[in-house]
Amino acid sequence: MLSRRIIPCLDVRDGQVVKGVRFRDHVVMGAIEDLALRYRDEGADELVFYDITASPQGRGVDVAWVERVARLLDIPFCVAGGIRSVAQARAVLHAGADKVSVNTPALDRPELVSELAAEFGVQCVVVGIDSLRDADGEWRVRAYTGDPERTRALPRRTLDWVEEVQALGAGEIVLNCMGADGVRSGYDIEQLQAVRAHCRVPLVASGGAGEAAHFAAAFEQADADAALAASVFHAGTVRIRELKATLRSRGIEVRDDA
Amino acid sequence: MKVVLVDSGGANLGSVRYALERLGVAPVVSGDPAVISAADRVILPGVGAAAPGMARLRELDLVPTLRALDKPLLGICLGMQLLFESSEEGEVDCLGLLPGRVRRMRPAAGLRVPHMGWNRLAPCGDSPLLDGIPDGAQVYFVHGYAAPVDANTVASSEHGEAFSAVVQRGRVAGAQFHPERSAAFGARLLANFIQRGL
Repeated sequence: MLSRRIIPCLDVRDGQVVKGVRFRDHVVMGAIEDLALRYRDEGADELVFYDITASPQGRGVDVAWVERVARLLDIPFCVAGGIRSVAQARAVLHAGADKVSVNTPALDRPELVSELAAEFGVQCVVVGIDSLRDADGEWRVRAYTGDPERTRALPRRTLDWVEEVQALGAGEIVLNCMGADGVRSGYDIEQLQAVRAHCRVPLVASGGAGEAAHFAAAFEQADADAALAASVFHAGTVRIRELKATLRSRGIEVRDDA
Repeated sequence: MKVVLVDSGGANLGSVRYALERLGVAPVVSGDPAVISAADRVILPGVGAAAPGMARLRELDLVPTLRALDKPLLGICLGMQLLFESSEEGEVDCLGLLPGRVRRMRPAAGLRVPHMGWNRLAPCGDSPLLDGIPDGAQVYFVHGYAAPVDANTVASSEHGEAFSAVVQRGRVAGAQFHPERSAAFGARLLANFIQRGL
């Protein structure tokens, strides 16, 4: 049986892992390689490295650290941020990343998703969606969320975008519920359920994890395939090994401890 | 021991090379038929789609080379799928080193395609590749097409229905999962291939 995945997300800025609250006020957490190995040893199933400044600054990912991580890690990892062309994706994948995740560049130019799928196969192509509920009750997508000054609200409805990116060739969707991000009060189960109903590829819950029960809810109530979190892992308030023991005791299939 | 990684253009070429390096093996990456023919172990990695994968092997004139190899050959992920006669993905003829056809995995209620994540192996045949890998070992898969279980299946896995996770016939073998990204069990399979052969 396929396991539900636990995915620590490492926000990368200037070659270091940082963490902010609601995408602001970033604090340095440590070196990329150190944190990558720490999470691998603790039982992470996969890692996401998110270059939070690449997209707002209009530059690509620095592949030197991608290659260093690829040499070290024996679990899969995905790189997000600043990938806006097939050539940039190729550089990241050839440096050793298993998947690339696109967000703002796919909103700017949706054909990017189909170009990546045609070139590398849908299994390499993750679409990240930053989503927030507007005053009229609709969830809509946000672009350039790496920089609060430049973050833009778009007219595109989140559920429409979920359908569109799958038709274009997304092999996985990461739904980051911005209203919940960084505040540790739980994943946005209502929004995840709504997206799940439209999502036939793997769905990764993101934003809001604060304790083990929140992960369980994402799996049990929203049928997410994976749950991503950052601050609770960085701060050590949730330990992956204990989290998995809790999930296992609730009958949720997770990867065995090494 | 000369280990050659076939430069088939797949995006996991680097990952497989690093996994071998972690085992203390320094592979040669090559698309040259002469280098591949002279290897002690040949690994055919691959990520992407079957048609461009086969096109690349034809372009490098590697189809006869791989068919005529007399040393152990291990295909990984798409590299394993290319060992079969044909693939439903793009309706393409493959290397024909193993009988059978690779088929699209069918999505069903609660069952997502691509099959992505850690799933369990169920050994069902005898292969040196599986030495030290227990029943139920979890390994990392990412694929939307799979080979059905047949007489050459030495370990199956299940996603909706059972499929071939590891195959072997004589000196030809394949792993549908990614040993380079499957932690200790993946490293064990690669080490078995290098040290024990097929």
